[in-house]
Amino acid sequence: MSLTLADVHRIAQLARIQISDEQARATAAQLNDIFAMIEQIAQVDTTDVEPMTHPLDGVQRLREDAVEPSLPLEELLRNAPAQRDGLFLVPRVIE
Amino acid sequence: MSPPVTEIAHAGLAQLSKLLEQREVSAVELTQLYLERIERHRALNAFLDVRPELSLQQARAADGRRARGERGALLGLPIAHKDIFVTRGWASTAGSRMLEGYMSPFDATVVERLAAAGMVCLGKLNCDEFAMGSSNENSAFGNVLNPWDTAAVPGGSSGGSAAAVAARLVPAATATDTGGSIREPAAFTGITGVKPTYGRPSRWGMVAFASSLDTAGLLTASAEDCALVFNSMLGFDPHDSTSVQRPDEDFTRSLQLDPRGLRVGVPAQFFTQGLRPDVEAAVRAALDVLQRLGAVLVDIELPNAPLGIPVYYVVAPAEASSNLSRFDGVRYGYRARSFDDLNDMIRKSRAEGLGPEPKRRILVGTYVLSHGYYDAYYLKASRVRRLIANDFQRAFQRCDIIAGPVTSSVAFNFGEKAADPVSMYLADLFTVPASLAGVPALSIPCGLGEASRPVGLQLIGNHFDEARLLGVAHRYQLATEWHRRVPAGY
Repeated sequence: MSLTLADVHRIAQLARIQISDEQARATAAQLNDIFAMIEQIAQVDTTDVEPMTHPLDGVQRLREDAVEPSLPLEELLRNAPAQRDGLFLVPRVIE
Repeated sequence: MSPPVTEIAHAGLAQLSKLLEQREVSAVELTQLYLERIERHRALNAFLDVRPELSLQQARAADGRRARGERGALLGLPIAHKDIFVTRGWASTAGSRMLEGYMSPFDATVVERLAAAGMVCLGKLNCDEFAMGSSNENSAFGNVLNPWDTAAVPGGSSGGSAAAVAARLVPAATATDTGGSIREPAAFTGITGVKPTYGRPSRWGMVAFASSLDTAGLLTASAEDCALVFNSMLGFDPHDSTSVQRPDEDFTRSLQLDPRGLRVGVPAQFFTQGLRPDVEAAVRAALDVLQRLGAVLVDIELPNAPLGIPVYYVVAPAEASSNLSRFDGVRYGYRARSFDDLNDMIRKSRAEGLGPEPKRRILVGTYVLSHGYYDAYYLKASRVRRLIANDFQRAFQRCDIIAGPVTSSVAFNFGEKAADPVSMYLADLFTVPASLAGVPALSIPCGLGEASRPVGLQLIGNHFDEARLLGVAHRYQLATEWHRRVPAGY
């Protein structure tokens, strides 16, 4: 497997990271090194082996759907790059 | 008459706890003493945020609690937190420009529990960006220097935590381990670093990297010190959906453990693959010490352990790509100055706010989770992960604990691996398997190798067996003095 420049641009678009052609070229080389290392796992026989997604094979714990106090609005908004009237501001989405 | 200042700074938590108890020293005095050392050794770049007034306020509160008759092993003892844990009062950046200046509206559970026990926070510690790295060269706020040798990396990602404890700028520091980020820096800086069982410490308020692996732990001068802090630090947290519900336990209970008859497994796979002779000699000497103490060495196999790195570099980036999608420049964090529309704002904010290593891992993770590749990479890696975990269960039928090296070499130099991601990833070859299995593991200093740089001995236990691991480490430390070595000039 070898990732092309177009592949890197497509992945970067999926990941919402802007990337220049020059960066994509350097990144492609590094990603190909990484995937060459990862390829080893393809050779492993995993017939009848269940995927392990949690180290203790835990099940998702559920809690009562109870109302609990939340953090004050002004503290939550304090770190926002742009905010007004208790709302996060973003560029206009709907014309 | 109080002991001299340097003696106090080098004492370690267990001893400081006694001094506080006997009123030989106050929390305020300890705080001042360590704040002064932090200031004097700023060149190490271990700390990212220090606010003496906040620390002294906590110290006065601890002294007040003691004056009112309260007792507690940790009451008034200083600690500092890896900048992966969010804290009220100190900025929480995760070593990233993305979170520069971020002020959390709440404390991480680990931070809160230790504060409730009366520990005094001395500030926030530098680390690789989002805990991604093995040398601390990925921090957006500069390299942390290794106090043993400033040409050497301190290890990562908990490099600031490790350098601070090694230089005795603080007697204990929190840290996090996803693939080795506690044990590797502990080995590189000659201190004790312990990663407990996955799910035992809360992940609430830890900036998430790879959620099925991220585990909070501790860096201290000794195993005894660590056991003391674990009593307050670990435990069930309803805020963390993978937190384990078990009764509280006393992690100091096995410090008197008798090592006679203890079966110590020595995995063949940890003594090949480019293990340097200086590291091997120190680790073999440590195994001899355990044997002299009565332990029995058992040859074991972890046949799939060498696959740990490829598995980890599928699983961890996959989870990271999902976790780091929250950084979009909308609710918090960096936002690009100029952009065309919402999509452009998000793409530019992430391009400018994230460093090269997080970006690389997000791209790898996005790819392995993308349509058409999920089965071949993510699912396949998750299956091989189980084979690695099964190896440990098989091994623990033949031995009580496992011992081996933490790293294949002593601390490498700055720049040595930075240009080649794959060679950097291989630094975690011996630490990643225990992370993938979620079993507890620790690193204790066991000698000096090439260029007089420290060597670490790794001990791995089965799930929930950290008390025994700490007991064995403590017996080793009673019989040796490597953990008492402090680098010259500190």
